Formats: sequence, C-alpha cells, structure tokens
Amino acid sequence: MMIVCLVLVPAIAGVISLAIRSDALRRGLLIVGAAAHTLLTLAAWIRRPAPELGGWIALDGPGLLFLSITSCLFLMAALYSVGYLDREVQGRRQDFEEAVAFSNAPEARFTGSLLLFHATMTMVAVSQHFGILWVAVEATTLVSAPLIYFHRHHRSLEATWKYLLVCSVGIALALLGNIFLVVAASRTGSGQESMLLAELVKQGPRLDIPWLKAAFLFFLVGYGTKMGLAPMHTWLPDAHSESPSVVSALLSGALLNCAFLAILRAQQVCAAAGQAGFGQELLVLFGLLSMAFAAVFILRQTDYKRLLAYSSVEHVGILALGVGLGGAASLGAMLHAVNHSLTKAMLFLVAGNILAAYRTKSIAEVGGILRGLPISGVLWVAGFLAITGSPPFGPFLSELTILKGALDQGRGVIAVFYLALLALIFVGMATAVLPMAQGRPQKALLGGDEPGGATPLRLGSERVLAVVPPALLGIGVLVLGLYVPPVVLRAVHEASQAVGGW
Amino acid sequence: MTLWLDTLLILVFLTNLRLLGSSRLGASVRVVALQGVVLGLLALASRGGDLTGHVLFLAAVSMALKGVVFPRLLFRALREARVRREVEPFVGYTSSLLVGAAMLGLSLWVGTRLPLPTAVASPVVVPVALFTILSGLFLIVSRKKALTQVLGYLVLENGIYIFGVALAQEAPLIVELGVLLDVFVAVFVMGITMFHINREFDDLDTEQMASLKD
Repeated sequence: MMIVCLVLVPAIAGVISLAIRSDALRRGLLIVGAAAHTLLTLAAWIRRPAPELGGWIALDGPGLLFLSITSCLFLMAALYSVGYLDREVQGRRQDFEEAVAFSNAPEARFTGSLLLFHATMTMVAVSQHFGILWVAVEATTLVSAPLIYFHRHHRSLEATWKYLLVCSVGIALALLGNIFLVVAASRTGSGQESMLLAELVKQGPRLDIPWLKAAFLFFLVGYGTKMGLAPMHTWLPDAHSESPSVVSALLSGALLNCAFLAILRAQQVCAAAGQAGFGQELLVLFGLLSMAFAAVFILRQTDYKRLLAYSSVEHVGILALGVGLGGAASLGAMLHAVNHSLTKAMLFLVAGNILAAYRTKSIAEVGGILRGLPISGVLWVAGFLAITGSPPFGPFLSELTILKGALDQGRGVIAVFYLALLALIFVGMATAVLPMAQGRPQKALLGGDEPGGATPLRLGSERVLAVVPPALLGIGVLVLGLYVPPVVLRAVHEASQAVGGW
Repeated sequence: MTLWLDTLLILVFLTNLRLLGSSRLGASVRVVALQGVVLGLLALASRGGDLTGHVLFLAAVSMALKGVVFPRLLFRALREARVRREVEPFVGYTSSLLVGAAMLGLSLWVGTRLPLPTAVASPVVVPVALFTILSGLFLIVSRKKALTQVLGYLVLENGIYIFGVALAQEAPLIVELGVLLDVFVAVFVMGITMFHINREFDDLDTEQMASLKD
C-alpha cells in the first residue's frame, strides 16, 4: 500500500486544492501534502516496501534515489511557494520587461497543478512497467504546462506552447521505442509480463538485438528531449526562464531527473542483453554534445535565468556522460544527479528572490546583491561555486569521480574535452554571476513603489520563506561535498550497479 | 480479412496525402477525424476473426476519441479563434506532396528492410505506419498555424498506433487506456493553450511567437 500512497497523497491533495476556495487552506494543504510525501519517502528508506500491483510499481535502487531527490526538492519548493504566492500581486499589472499588462492564472490552478506534477513525477520513479513509465512521463509534461503559464503574458505562452509541442512529439517517439521493445521481447514468450523491467532484465540474453537497439535509440531521443539533452533541448531555456522561479527549480531539479531515470531503465535492459556498450557510446556522444552546446550559450548569455537553464543542459550532459563511461563514472553520475538537483533548485529559488527585488532578468542590470540582499547574495555566490564544481561542494566530488572514471578507462580524449568544457563554463558563469553579486545595489532595488508593481524585497529584510528553503538546499550541497553519509552512498551504489556501473 | 486490412491501410495512406495537400483548416480536421475512425477499424480488422471484449472496447474508445471528441475540441478552437481558415504553410502544397512522395519511397524502402520477427498481417502495414509518422512530423515543422501542429501531432500518434496494431498486439488494457488518456489530455491542454495564443496574438500563427531566443 505504501507505494500507492506515495502517488495518491499528492494526487488527492492536488485534486482537492483545485476545488477549495480559501487560499490559506490551499497553501496549508500544499505543505501538508509535500511533508507527508517526504515522511513516506523516509519510511521507504528505513524499510524498503515490497513491490505492489503485481510488480508493476516498486521501489528499486534508482527509483528510490530519484524519488528522494524529488520529494526533498518538492518540500522546499512548497515552502518557498507559500512565501512566493503571498507576495504575488493580484489582478492585472505591468510587465517589467515590456509595456504589456498581464495577470496571473488562478492560484488554485497553480497549487493543484504543482501537487499533480509531484504525483506524476512520483509515478515515474516507481514505475516498473515501460508502458506505465511512458504514460507517467507524458503526464508530467501535461500537468506542468499550466505551471509555466502562471504569469499570463505572451512570452510565457510561447514557452508553454514550445514545451508542450516539443516534449509531446519527443515522448511520442519514446512510445515507438516501447513498441519496438515489445517486438524485441516477442520471442521470449512472456506475454503480458513482457514489458516489466525485471522480466526484461531476466530475459535479457534472449531479446532480439536489432529491435532492442532501435528501441534504445527512440528512448534516448524521446526521453532525451524531455531530459534536455542537446540538440533536443530547444524548449528548455524558454520554459525555465519564463516560468515562476519555483517551477523552474522543480523542472530543473526534479523533472529532468525523471526523464533521466527513464533512459536509465532502457540502459538497464540494454546492459542485461549484453549491449551495454551500444547505449553507453550514444550516451557519451549526447553528453559531450550537450556540454558543448551549453558552453557556447553560457558564454554569451545576458539573462540570468536562461544562464541557469543552459547550465542544466550542461549538467544533464554530465549525467549522460557519466553513465556512458560506466564504472566509477557511473557512480559519479548518480551522485551528481543528487548534487545537481539540490544546487540548481537552490540557484533558481535565489534567482526568484533576485528577480522579485530587481525586477529584471538581465545580468547587466543587476548589481550589489551581496549588499542589497545579504542572505540571497551569499547563497547566489555559494551556488555559483557549487554548480561550477568548486570544492568543497558536492558537485566537485561527483564531477571528480566522473573524471576519475574516464581516466581509469584510459579515455583521455574524453577527459580532456570534459575538463575543457567545464573550464569554459566556469569562466562564462563567473563573468556573469560575480558582477551581479558585487558592487552597489542600483536604483531598481529601491524604487518599488509604483502602483501595480510586485512588492519588492527591501534592503536587509528578506523574508524567511524566501531564504530558508534555498539555504537548506545549500547546506545539503555543502554537507554532501564534505561527507557523503554511508546510507546515501549505498543508495547511489545500488543505482549505479543497476546500469552496470560500480 | 487481408482485403479489408489492405483497403483500410490504403485509406490511411490517402488521408495522409489529403492532409499534405489540403489548404483548408476545417477540411484537415475532418480528414484527421476520418483517419482516427479508420484506425479503429484497422485495429479490429487486424485481429481477423477473434474479437475479444478487450479489443472491441479499445477500438470503440479510440474511435470515439479520435473521430468525435478531438474534432469537436479542434473545431471549437477554430470557431473561437475566428482565424483565416487557411493552413498557411511554410512549404507550399505542391512541394508538400512531392515531399510526401519522397517520404513514401523512403517508407517503402525501410519497410522492406526491417527484419520482422513475427509475421505481420499485411506487407504494407509497416510502410504505411512509417509514412504516417513521417507525414505527422512534416506537418508539424512545415505549417505555421498552431492548430495544424496539433493535427500533425495527432497524425504522428496515429502512425505509432498503426505500428502498435501491427507489431505489438498484447499490450495490457491499462497501458493502452493510459496512452489514450494522455493523448486526450494532450489535445485538451493544447486546445486551451491555443485559445490563449489566439487571445494574446489575435491569431493562431506560431510565427509571431518568436520573442524567446538567444
């Protein structure tokens, strides 16, 4: 019953919040739903629940790892959204980028979609059947589209349309992958059971190899679109920059991981069929390509939310590269999934604070965050150091593990490319982020009194709910850099071994 | 039974050609609806004689959705939008048909080379499925209107469905229903988004949506 509850708790809370009218009650429900989900996830760590519904849903190593990331992030995002929704101005107001007026979507729709989004992501983490996995991944796209279009202006609408269309077409191709997988398994005679992960892994050597390879290709392109691997990432910068920051944090920290998990499932089957190398080479290729794309766009970026979005393209590239290299690098990739999610969610939440105070997304127009918003400023700089892989933060450790994996296997060329791209991205982000933090706050921060404008964060008075969630995430990233608790390490190991790594 | 099957497959093929050459939005919606109904019949015909409740139920749900519900949703969007009822392609109709011919050639060539592990009901089923998928993708990239892109998505989905009918018959009911539900919600959400696009831009033309770029 426990796994079913994990899905049902946010789903039911989501449906209820669509129906109730009181904002306060709905926000309370959001927190309660998120907290209950986190408690259930913790319970799953203490005692792993048995598979349910005939093995169609279960929590294995990779599933539990990604479920935990999602659950932690969502709890932080829920806390942050309560503060965020509180300071959002009701009614029509002036857009700060262009001379157009816009209003928000109803808050009930936002909160409801947020909880349903959580339920569908949980479904992705616990699915053991490729068909259900596909249904769940497509559902995450559909319920998150209203979240991107929370601020109803034409830019967010454009982003929503691109997101819906590009991801739906991508995921449709993954459905073709599912059909090819059925064909690949048709000789094993498992009938109805043939799409269960455990069954496919067991029957691995008897799968039809050409069809399996074709299926993997379609999975990689289809779910890779959702994950944000270049060159299928075109929807990602738009959706991440135009949605509210708390949604960006979830899209980047939780949703990309869900799509990654779907690709890992396909790689698990490939590995079981003795075709691990085929999938790995493709993952290495897409991984490096994504890092290269991201580096180019980070170097000339003028919008700090797009900067973070392209950084996500870079990091999904690192994840794909790590799993593609296998061995120690695969272990590093799983650890990096945790580190990247925590760091990127923190950065997006802080970016939300900066946006609220400065009311611009332009890097050049923001200055003096450290003075104007002391706590957010420190978190912004710490987050920048962490995401670019500087010690003592978690991503340093995981990126180093991936490098070690590459060198262990004597793949020096890949290691050189990897390091060069990381260095380029470090330079690109440093030139953008550091000037934002230093100097004196500009007038934009002080002039928040125009009618209709969002209530600005005043100097030295940051709201508790705006800084505590990113601060907690930051502490998590720091702790993971200094000491990986054995229980986390065990989970990461288990996830890595499932795809043929250490 | 193969006669029926082949007839239906050829109908699917003709609907694709009609879509590539059609200049009217309303006609395109009707053609996609017709394609949806033909697909439901195809699912029945591919089973030969043994029609279980499972197959009948799924075919009925699929035909109702694709033949009735989707066209209604799309016509409503079209009516509310009060747009010019033309497709407005990036690629002209004649060129589209030529591209269609090329895609057909490609599909036939790939179709003969795929090593099918199980015998399929008809030799043209794989080429028609591939051709439908390619047509859908082409419609998405070559047409300006948001509505035509949704139609392209539906045609793509239909192509995958033909593949499923031909190659993977033993999918569990819950999965098939889940897929149909997802497609339904997708069209629904896209319909709502189209409504907003029309209100915001006074048109369903996606070319105007070009403010987000690097």
